[in-house]
Amino acid sequence: MTAAVTWAGIASIVFTATAGDVLQSRAMKEIGDLGAIRREQGIVHVVRRVVGSSRFMLGLFFMALAFFSLLVTLSWDDVSVIGPASASLTFIANAFAARIFLKERVDHRRWLAALFVAGGVALLAR
Amino acid sequence: MTVRKYLILLAVTIFGSSGDVCLARGMRDFGAVTTANWRQLMVVLLNPWVVVGICLLILFFCSYLTALSWADLTYVLPATALSYVLMALLAKVFLHENVTLEHWLGIALVTVGVGFVATGPVLTAPARHPREELESTASHVAPQKRTRSEV
Repeated sequence: MTAAVTWAGIASIVFTATAGDVLQSRAMKEIGDLGAIRREQGIVHVVRRVVGSSRFMLGLFFMALAFFSLLVTLSWDDVSVIGPASASLTFIANAFAARIFLKERVDHRRWLAALFVAGGVALLAR
Repeated sequence: MTVRKYLILLAVTIFGSSGDVCLARGMRDFGAVTTANWRQLMVVLLNPWVVVGICLLILFFCSYLTALSWADLTYVLPATALSYVLMALLAKVFLHENVTLEHWLGIALVTVGVGFVATGPVLTAPARHPREELESTASHVAPQKRTRSEV
């Protein structure tokens, strides 16, 4: 496989993993503090609320797609390339997506955190 | 941030890393899984290490979702990135994997990154809890009524 195909695979992992994280984060914010709901209405109600959320299920679907994209891309190139690249780029993509779609205030401290963690994960995953 | 919320972030970190290490330990009992021997995956699911790993990863997912219900995604992801550090240390102790200088540098970078978000705000996105929205609407409506009656 050419490098372009490998990077297309990495891009698909990053896209699907970020979409999954953002959708699940949005779903959880809509449902509310799970700990408080569990204390007030019980664990069955929590499970029903989470599983009944279409955004959560869509997020789960994207997470499954990310997993299968990873498996397929791993068959094209070395894990030492795909692992660090996909893990660290997902951190950066999540910061952008959270700012745009979740309206989170990503200040310079959070950008630095995302960059440091992305760099660290890239080194750890090699 | 309450102690309970710190414990949930700790749970995300511990369950995530220990789950991955247990899965890695379980997979060592088998050879590489390929398309030729994919049926081996069914046997893998009966391995006690893999079963414990899956249980730990389910606990990880539950605590991760709980954290996302009251904290920003851009807070939860870096704050729980210590799981990568813990994973490297557990792999060194239990799986006798080689932790290189590159890995230690990575551990240092992740730790500094976690330090950046740990002191910042947990939630900056607008709350979307229906009950909170109702309460906030009620608290806005009540003073207006008082003003009208006073007039």
